Amino acid sequence: MEKLFFPLNVAKMSDSQEFRLSLQAVLRNVYGNELLVDAVDRLSGGASQETWLLRLSKGNAPETLILRRAPEGVEKSPDSAAIGLANEAKLIQAAEAAGVPVPKVVRVLEDDNGLGDGFFMNRVEGETIARRILRDEKFSKARQVLPEQCGKALAGIHSIDVQAGDPPLKLSSGLDQLTYYEDIYKSTGAYRPIFDLAMVWLRENAPDPVAPVLVHGDFRLGNIMVDESGLAAVLDWELCHIGDPREDIAWMCTNSWRFGHAEKRLGGFGDVEPLLDAYAKQGGQQFTPSDIDWWEMLGSMKWGVMCMTMYESFRSGADSGVERAAIGRRVSETEMDLINLLEDQPRA
Amino acid sequence: MHNQPSVSELVRAVKNFVDKTAMPELSGRSGFHARVASNVLGTILRDLDARESNDTREHARLVALLDADPSLSLDELNAKLRQKIRSGELTIQSAELMDHLKKTAIDQLKVDQPNYSALTKALEE
Repeated sequence: MEKLFFPLNVAKMSDSQEFRLSLQAVLRNVYGNELLVDAVDRLSGGASQETWLLRLSKGNAPETLILRRAPEGVEKSPDSAAIGLANEAKLIQAAEAAGVPVPKVVRVLEDDNGLGDGFFMNRVEGETIARRILRDEKFSKARQVLPEQCGKALAGIHSIDVQAGDPPLKLSSGLDQLTYYEDIYKSTGAYRPIFDLAMVWLRENAPDPVAPVLVHGDFRLGNIMVDESGLAAVLDWELCHIGDPREDIAWMCTNSWRFGHAEKRLGGFGDVEPLLDAYAKQGGQQFTPSDIDWWEMLGSMKWGVMCMTMYESFRSGADSGVERAAIGRRVSETEMDLINLLEDQPRA
Repeated sequence: MHNQPSVSELVRAVKNFVDKTAMPELSGRSGFHARVASNVLGTILRDLDARESNDTREHARLVALLDADPSLSLDELNAKLRQKIRSGELTIQSAELMDHLKKTAIDQLKVDQPNYSALTKALEE
């Protein structure tokens, strides 16, 4: 199991002068020698990479910047699906060119900066916390327009041409993912028959593949920035791969990402039909709601196995945190979802 | 061994400390982890309460579903169930299988995450 762990980066230099001054030196190349990095704070969230908020003054700089980075010396898991931060920066720039709302990439870290892999980007104002987006009155208009905006954004992402191999991305079809997560499940030694039943069913009922596209891979509430007028930025591009467009549409529909609002199939905030209409209107393929059913079940299965994996990092002693232990008791959420979805399938 | 206070009482006492004393003092990641810890203590209390009867019911259902030797352990029965699912002998066409799996999922989720949306829906049906 060891190689499957998400790397957890404990920042050893979190408050150190050295770190702040190193960042300042890099950013002076962008904003001039007057620039001061006044404060650097680690933001929570983002299990596999660090996210920092920088406060700047002087020079020709904005007041704040975001740094995403993986420090040097952190062992990257060889099996990890994450594409690396330099590639992530490239894709964000390509998405911007395709008209997808994204943060602006300001500078990519280079080897001789000695800061590891990463990039600076501008800070997009808004909310990422799903429960607030779903509950707060100030996002009521955003919730209405989000389905259409998400459809448009996904059509834009799926239109990006990465087939030429720049950046190099893995091809991962639905069945590839089924095999990948099935292998992990088997390696944990856990017995959870609902997963066996779902895996057997998914393998026997896989839909015909469609032309592969650039898939974001983690498109859901929590990974998009939302403001009062709706979608402000698509974030967290680290799981990008080449695959099936239905994967992205269905991931946001997976009940784990409806955050308690199960009655709204799309992320707990809307119906999937307006997303599909906007997606097709923007040049994407025309899909029906039932076209993504298989992918939604795949999504529940994947999230269940990811929870098992995170618990494994506790069980093995790699991460003693309470969160990693507790998440093992969330696998049963996906079991309930899987059994509900399996019940909905045609039965004699 | 004496049982005063009982394990449940001790866990409840720790949960009170986390909820009423520790959590208000903490913020950021520590505050978040305190909330997770408090939820875990809730899971422990529900697990202590329900495990024995849940296991007994699951065991009885599996013996009936698999027509198996009742002296087999829960793990052994579940290993048999997995085999039958993997071989295609039991599929979603089996109402008895679906009924067993759903009841097992509901019992587990009532302990793990009693507020999860899909549980509320399953219990309404």
